[in-house]
Amino acid sequence: MTQAAPLSATARDPAPAIFAPRGGLLPRLVDWILRHPRVFVFLMVLPITLWLGLVYVGSLIALLIQSFFSIDEFSGLVVREFTLKTYGELLRPYNFDIILRTVLMAASVTVASAILAFPIAYFAARYARGRWKAVFYLGIMLPLWSSYLVKVYAWKLVLAKEGILTWLFAKLHLTWLLEAVLAVPVIGGNSLSVSYLGTFIVFTYIWLPYMILPVQASLERVPATLTEAAADLGATPRQNFRLVILPLALPGVVAGSIFTFSLTLGDYIIPQIIGSSRLFIGQAVYTQQGTAGNIPLAAAFTVVPIVIMGIYLWAARRMGAFDAL
Amino acid sequence: MKKIFHGCVSGLALVAATSLPLSAQEMLTELGEGEGSVSIVAWPGYIERGETDPAFDWVTKFEEETGCMVEVKTANTSDEMVALMNEGGFDLVTASGDASLRLIAGKRLQPVNVDLIPSWSRVDDRLKDAPWHTVDGTHYGTPFMWGPNVLMYNTEVFPEAPTSWSVVFEPMTLQDGESNEGRVQAYDGPIYVADAAMYLMAHQPDLGITSPYELNDAQYAAALDLLRTQRTLVSRYWHDAFIQIDDFKNEGVVASSSWPFQVNLLKADGAPVASTIPEEGATGWADTLMLHADSEHPSCAYKFMEHSLSSNLQSDLSVWFGAVPSVPEACTDGSGMQTAEGCSANGLDDFEKIAFWRTPVSQCESQGSCVPYYRWVSDYIGVIGGR
Repeated sequence: MTQAAPLSATARDPAPAIFAPRGGLLPRLVDWILRHPRVFVFLMVLPITLWLGLVYVGSLIALLIQSFFSIDEFSGLVVREFTLKTYGELLRPYNFDIILRTVLMAASVTVASAILAFPIAYFAARYARGRWKAVFYLGIMLPLWSSYLVKVYAWKLVLAKEGILTWLFAKLHLTWLLEAVLAVPVIGGNSLSVSYLGTFIVFTYIWLPYMILPVQASLERVPATLTEAAADLGATPRQNFRLVILPLALPGVVAGSIFTFSLTLGDYIIPQIIGSSRLFIGQAVYTQQGTAGNIPLAAAFTVVPIVIMGIYLWAARRMGAFDAL
Repeated sequence: MKKIFHGCVSGLALVAATSLPLSAQEMLTELGEGEGSVSIVAWPGYIERGETDPAFDWVTKFEEETGCMVEVKTANTSDEMVALMNEGGFDLVTASGDASLRLIAGKRLQPVNVDLIPSWSRVDDRLKDAPWHTVDGTHYGTPFMWGPNVLMYNTEVFPEAPTSWSVVFEPMTLQDGESNEGRVQAYDGPIYVADAAMYLMAHQPDLGITSPYELNDAQYAAALDLLRTQRTLVSRYWHDAFIQIDDFKNEGVVASSSWPFQVNLLKADGAPVASTIPEEGATGWADTLMLHADSEHPSCAYKFMEHSLSSNLQSDLSVWFGAVPSVPEACTDGSGMQTAEGCSANGLDDFEKIAFWRTPVSQCESQGSCVPYYRWVSDYIGVIGGR
């Protein structure tokens, strides 16, 4: 080795092995940085770290600190002393209702999205080819391009008591069916647009694409050879689906559920426009930090989805959901 | 972390203390030349320069006449207004009754010398010394706009106007023979507790309520009970004016507390609605144009206050916003689009029946200790949630 180096150098000759240091402060600084890869990496990562650290994590921490303050019962002023009283307030029945309501809604929206998304994604991944694939993508993505508010207001008209859906049911002589559904306690109401059922339908519609896309991506990755092999070994289509396809596609479903679950957990516009005016977590935060001036309680409410999503993500990671993103 | 935070807080406090002198300022005794600009914190829609609708413009002419360029910062809640004024850098604010006294108490405003505002004499006599802008005989602003929270109803269901708020508070059969369940609405804001209190003032006098904004525990509990009954009647509470309009059109809602704004829009659309102020009276809002203690453009600000009372502003804004002008002449003098009928539709003749909006505080005048606003907030959330 020691002999080979000078030999090849003399053979090709032109440039010296080591350049002379360049003059000037800036070039020398650049050279120095390039010669110290760790500093280079540090400088590359610094802006994003500052952004994440200060703007993102920093504000989160400021929020967390707020949630440990409390509001003085008498004057309504924020007391800047460490206490868990505000978290205790979250457990009061009316506040706990809000948390329970939001989590239940997020869970049912997620389950419904998964059930609806799977066949669509399965078709797209397994059967759609060429032009149909393009149509599929367009069909899924197109609603995402239009304004969220327009869609929600449109749904309000569709679901209204004197809206399109009621009219359709009447034309089909199925008004009794709609009335029977609306008569169900808790989820029913005076009309679809003022019931939990309506809120649920709109949530599911709005977040469905976020479930379909990851499920489809994970289904694409299930090798066709595996299902063929299973069939060769005598698996019925049902067994094939249950024992081969579903377990392999599950990370995709979990990945999609992260979106649908967290988006429903944080949304405060849909329940304001469609539903029975009972608050969801996002609305509670909005109300408490606004006119009420109860920042500590608003902050404590904000911590709830963070904790729930933390647990959820931890569980999802164990199921390998992040491989499918 | 706590240490750092405390450091930040005390640092901020120091900055605030040095940059904002907290002494109340003396009022101006004479006006100088215009300073070239004036910045106003206002409710959305209050300061229009013809950009939303060319027919509604009360800024351009002012700028041409005085050379004071108007800058507007809109705020959506009273708290936002208070926060902006505390921050400083603004000259005027269109504060509602709940914000105005807080601003005065916080020494963020300077007294206004009404002698420097020639059109002060035109202001409605009922508003000149209103307690939400006058403290110990000192004026802290010029009245801007006011309006009631009316009872809007469907004229097909109610051939005669309902005389009581009971149609939205108590289960009953309406004039068309059907129940009011699912067909009435209430306002989705904690201040609506005051509407319930007003109803109780008339129907349960033994509770001894003297002001709907000053409730002791027993009175407050009675109001909440009434609201719980109302929850069984209301399918959806209204929050956004346009959602309420839609609910009256498509959701079969026939009666609700509302603003003249929605009533006018629905009427313009041909919907069979009308509004009334029932015998119990109503709650309402009154806004005042107020001057910042450290205003950098006081002469322009005074000119704008004068402009707000003397120009087409009162007349056109009252049409635009569905409100009542603070200058009664604006209804009839043809300075803008408002007419006498329009003014009475918006509530001009109902002043005496209105309990103007104020923030409930724990130390209240009438009975020493009252339920403060933040409890209204959490309890109203509970009521809507079915608790």
